[in-house]
Amino acid sequence: MPGMHRNRVKRDAAGKRLSGQRIAQLLSAALTNGYLIGFQRGRIYAGGTKAVCVPVLNCYSCPGALGACPIGALQTSLGGVRRHFPFYVLGLLMLFGIVLGRVVCGLLCPFGLVQDLLHQLPLPKWRVPSPVDRPARYLKYLVLLILVIGLPAFAVTKTGVTPPYFCKYLCPAGTLGGGIPLMLADPNIRRLAGALFGWKTLVLLIVALTSAVIPRPFCRYLCPLGAFYSLFNRFSFFQMRLDEGKCVKCQRCVHACPMAVNVTEDSNHPECIRCGKCKAVCPTGAISCGFGEHFVPAEENRSAGRDTSGGNSSGHPQ
Amino acid sequence: MNRNIVPLVRFIVLGISLALIVIGILRREHLEVLQKAVRICLECIGIG
Repeated sequence: MPGMHRNRVKRDAAGKRLSGQRIAQLLSAALTNGYLIGFQRGRIYAGGTKAVCVPVLNCYSCPGALGACPIGALQTSLGGVRRHFPFYVLGLLMLFGIVLGRVVCGLLCPFGLVQDLLHQLPLPKWRVPSPVDRPARYLKYLVLLILVIGLPAFAVTKTGVTPPYFCKYLCPAGTLGGGIPLMLADPNIRRLAGALFGWKTLVLLIVALTSAVIPRPFCRYLCPLGAFYSLFNRFSFFQMRLDEGKCVKCQRCVHACPMAVNVTEDSNHPECIRCGKCKAVCPTGAISCGFGEHFVPAEENRSAGRDTSGGNSSGHPQ
Repeated sequence: MNRNIVPLVRFIVLGISLALIVIGILRREHLEVLQKAVRICLECIGIG
């Protein structure tokens, strides 16, 4: 049964991999938000690289942002002045998805890093009961379908331009990366803040507080980008792999997983963010990850293992 | 069966995504993304 006993994970076993994940997250955050002078001046970068969407949820109104947010760009294409099928943005999203899957969430997303850091705070950790957790995970698909696609594409407004509903009412990354730094740096923007900013700050605070006690709550329940990439997890070029022959069913990987994925049952589950925590705690090195043809889905690997390594299949989860 | 289909699906999706990107660039959609991204989006930062 999936669980969230992250506090049971041995620090010595997890430390090495965690630092690798953290380095990747920090590098990604630095690369996507490298316009540091923007934070000081209260301005955003206006160079040509902003024609390209970054793979992560990173507000293009963050003063440091060097690229465009794919979710913001998708809403603009669907509900902007031209209102068209988003060939370019959808193509980029599919490219990121098919190559990486949710590696983006686990290793690259700056807002994922924020949630991970908040979860390091020494507070009691909660385990979300499965009857609540399972259905709640579908919320992010509704967010994607309704706020990101449906309303921008089909809602009728007087101006003919629909606002980016997800960005406007829900996205905490925009408040953290864009709203707060710009307000701190620019008194004119500060004066414009009203009820909407209060609402978005409240959303950010709720996500931040929840992150301290539950691993990755925004990624689990609300992130439309994670929902999109999850559709590619099973057949992306980057794959997780469980070697049934080496697995001793200790369940350490299951307990270590921040997304409560049962790695022994489905190592490429749509919820897997490929953070590598399962790989780090595995005592036998049964979990690996990477690109290439030999990284076939776990189910395939399992059946192949049965055929070639007799005696390893008894009692293994299906 | 899965073993054969998965790589095929990967490359089909990869091809579709690259085709969409090329079509989008030909339609100058990247410039629309640029135009939006170089201005402060008041809605995105919570001003409205």
